[in-house]
Amino acid sequence: MPSITKPLIPLSPLPKNDLGLTIRDYEGAMSTLCAGCGHDSVTAAIVHAFWELSTPPHHIAKLSGIGCSSKTPTYFVRGAHGFNSAHGRMVPIATGAIAANRELTYIGISGDGDSLSIGLGHLMHGIRRNVKMIYIIENNGVYGLTKGQMSASADIGSRPKKGEANLLAPIDPVTMGLSLGATFIARSFSGDKEQLVPILKAAAAHNGFALIDVISPCVTFNDHEGSTKSYKFMRQHEVKEVETDFVPIRAEIRAKIPNDGAIEVAMHDGSLVRFRSVPKGYDPHDRLKVETYIRERHDRGEIVTGLLYVDETASEIHELNATPPTALAKVPFATLCPGSVELALIQEEFR
Amino acid sequence: MEPTNDQDPSYYHQVVDCQWACPAHTNVPGYIRMIAQGEFDDAYLLNRQSNVFPGILGRTCDRPCEPACRRDRVDGSPVAICRLKRVASDLKGDIADRLPEIPREKNGKRVACIGSGPSALTVANDLLPLGYEVVMFEQFAKPGGLMRTNIPEFRLPDRVLEEETQVILDMGVEVRYNTPITSLRALLDEQFDAIFIGVGAPRGKELDLPGRHDEIDSHIFIGIDWLESVAFGHVTEIGERVLIIGVGNTAMDCCRSSRRLGGRDIKVMARRPREYFKASPWELDDAEEEGVAIIVNHAPKRFVLDNGKLVGMEFEVLEWDEGARHATVLDSVIIPCDDVILAIGQENAFPWIERDLGMEFGEWDMPVVDTVTMQSTRSGVFFGGDAAWGPKNIIWAVAHGHEAAISINNFCNDIPLSERLAMGMNLVSQKMGMNEWSYHNDYNPSPRQKMSHVELTKRFESLDLEVELGFSVEQTVREVQRCLNCDVQTAFNAPACIECDACIDICPVQCLTITSNGPEEDLRTRLSAPATNRSQALYVSDDLPQTGRVMVKDENVCVHCGLCAERCPTAAWDMELFDLQIPYAASSNFIRIGTMSPSGAGDRVRS
Repeated sequence: MPSITKPLIPLSPLPKNDLGLTIRDYEGAMSTLCAGCGHDSVTAAIVHAFWELSTPPHHIAKLSGIGCSSKTPTYFVRGAHGFNSAHGRMVPIATGAIAANRELTYIGISGDGDSLSIGLGHLMHGIRRNVKMIYIIENNGVYGLTKGQMSASADIGSRPKKGEANLLAPIDPVTMGLSLGATFIARSFSGDKEQLVPILKAAAAHNGFALIDVISPCVTFNDHEGSTKSYKFMRQHEVKEVETDFVPIRAEIRAKIPNDGAIEVAMHDGSLVRFRSVPKGYDPHDRLKVETYIRERHDRGEIVTGLLYVDETASEIHELNATPPTALAKVPFATLCPGSVELALIQEEFR
Repeated sequence: MEPTNDQDPSYYHQVVDCQWACPAHTNVPGYIRMIAQGEFDDAYLLNRQSNVFPGILGRTCDRPCEPACRRDRVDGSPVAICRLKRVASDLKGDIADRLPEIPREKNGKRVACIGSGPSALTVANDLLPLGYEVVMFEQFAKPGGLMRTNIPEFRLPDRVLEEETQVILDMGVEVRYNTPITSLRALLDEQFDAIFIGVGAPRGKELDLPGRHDEIDSHIFIGIDWLESVAFGHVTEIGERVLIIGVGNTAMDCCRSSRRLGGRDIKVMARRPREYFKASPWELDDAEEEGVAIIVNHAPKRFVLDNGKLVGMEFEVLEWDEGARHATVLDSVIIPCDDVILAIGQENAFPWIERDLGMEFGEWDMPVVDTVTMQSTRSGVFFGGDAAWGPKNIIWAVAHGHEAAISINNFCNDIPLSERLAMGMNLVSQKMGMNEWSYHNDYNPSPRQKMSHVELTKRFESLDLEVELGFSVEQTVREVQRCLNCDVQTAFNAPACIECDACIDICPVQCLTITSNGPEEDLRTRLSAPATNRSQALYVSDDLPQTGRVMVKDENVCVHCGLCAERCPTAAWDMELFDLQIPYAASSNFIRIGTMSPSGAGDRVRS
């Protein structure tokens, strides 16, 4: 942890967003993670994305479980709501919160341990229910908080800092998400904000569960030769053939987007995700093709990054449950809980 | 862009804006830290090494450092560098035993200094520790030159001037007071090994308008002559209504002196609008605080006399176009007055230098002087201070003095004058441990501290009552914390960088970027925050090992907080103290001739 807090320098003019807030207003407490941790870069990308989207800080809810990654919600948007849940239990808490108040923007930060080991069951059901939230896995392949044991996302043959190479097959959240029917799937790299920030903005606009697997190197326990989740390995093996831009709602009116064969996906809120470049024959709506492409590249030792799959037509959790458009939390108690007479009538329907 | 050569001392030197802007390259952040630590003697001596007169300059310096100060770009007002210099001077103890030792055995070389102002005193200060004999010729009965004759005592108390000039004279200068030089030829006949001419720019400019020479008695004065008469007590009063013509710093001294000698209605008359004034803004403020009126856009036309007695002055009222290049006359007015002081500039005059001595004179009858060596076209005769290239200021005179001393030392040892030591540097890591530095790296948001003045009701009681009271302890403590420690440099080691972005994410002023290299024009637009201040350098690293991109740092508003180094996992960033090694006469002697005493003037005070 640094000896001082990041000072607020009164440089003028600091650029302001539509709400009149500067980027400093979207920061949080000083990070206590190791210097050089990939997670801090993800935090910085989140700060950028929310500032650029002009999301009111008090309209954001940040949730996490346990782990290095799960500490990070403290380090961004200090004015947001937050819940630091038990290990692997962020999805159930988020589901409850989202059920009660659909008007907030939900962002869950998890890690490969929290999501792919202890919390894997919950993650799957979050995907299945299409809970409307941004779900980030800060994936570094090790349990950093407990001194660097290999995690469930470690590749076969990947060597820890000390000890034997990993023999177990990894769980890949991206292909798992594809198979479970996730409606927004992306992979990125903490060292590449140019890619990550637009993905985060698209995820915020997505109508459903937005799964983002971010390779985020553990600078202390997994950044050595033999690691497959180090800065160097990522820079040598990352493939960025799927490139996207996020076009906010207001820009549509301002600028006509040239129609040069790029794929455009209209998001639920009227914004646009534009695939600037994709490999030949690639279709971000075709689950099977996407999975084939990722697996082929994986077999060649390459890690595909970008916004890989989007399905904006699926219904999210509230639509599936036909809840009212206002947040349940704002529905008057008498309406929300109409009493025993109404309950009896409902029960009668199922007899 | 080519990778920045940070092995060249000039790169890091220019990052220390104040030190770069100072003609004498005073190590400002170094002495400010010493003040912060209560080491006032060290702070004074570090100052003295480069600027020789910390007490005098702490009150009177033109402060080229302050407009350059990075703090000005960060929160709109520079660190009060000059005032802190005065703190070091006010609070120092006895430093006599830490001054350069003067060898008992002389080196047999005799140097004549004409004038005893700041440049000549600096020459003596630099040469005496090397065993030179210095003979100083002073036209008045007291030393100090312009510092004594033109700066009023309410700005520079006599005791301060006395102390700092006497320290040098006590090193063994033979001063011949009341000895104006009337012939350089005669002086050359005295067989000095070298002659230094530091006679200033002693002639105040005349304003030959109708009526100037028609007075019966004398109520029209030349500013610098009048100030000189005031300084020596020959003038003790002035009329109630005084007009000062001109708005330089001399005009400010004239109007404020007038206020103390009986002037009640004092007007400073300026031809041009305020933004074109030559006077330092703080001197204008001080004058206005004392009730002096500053009247713009009035061009003097004639002196109005009534039976040979000055009764007023006529002015044309002007209206200027944009940029104040051309004026149209709107009207003319007569402003009544009892006295007029002309402070429209000063010029050099060398009637005592015979023109057949092999010394070339150029434009405006000024001697041709080499800008590096300070030597005239006659070998062995050197110039410095205002005498060299016209009126500048004390700190420039000191800088000239140091260079002239190097030249004189070379000259007397048959070393070509062009053989001068280059500036050097020391870089020392300030890392003390995990996130621990040997300097205070937190940003302090305190505003610039305001100097308190003697109350207006008491201020005019006597001419020698110093107006500025100096900083209090509280003010000093706050002001030292405003310094951004620009000399604690962000040193980058490209091969160690793993491009994790930690430094970029933590930087509070967005001055860091990792990007692909390109031409400067293009690069300046592609940074985390566009680099719009073109006077500030971009640092460009070698290619980074993983991606071949480069680390770019915009030096403009870096607050040297060291967070980049604290968050760097590989110590690719380090905070390193930059100590500029400035060559002086003694340092070149140490290397070239080996005669410097162990505690000579070349010793550096380490921070």
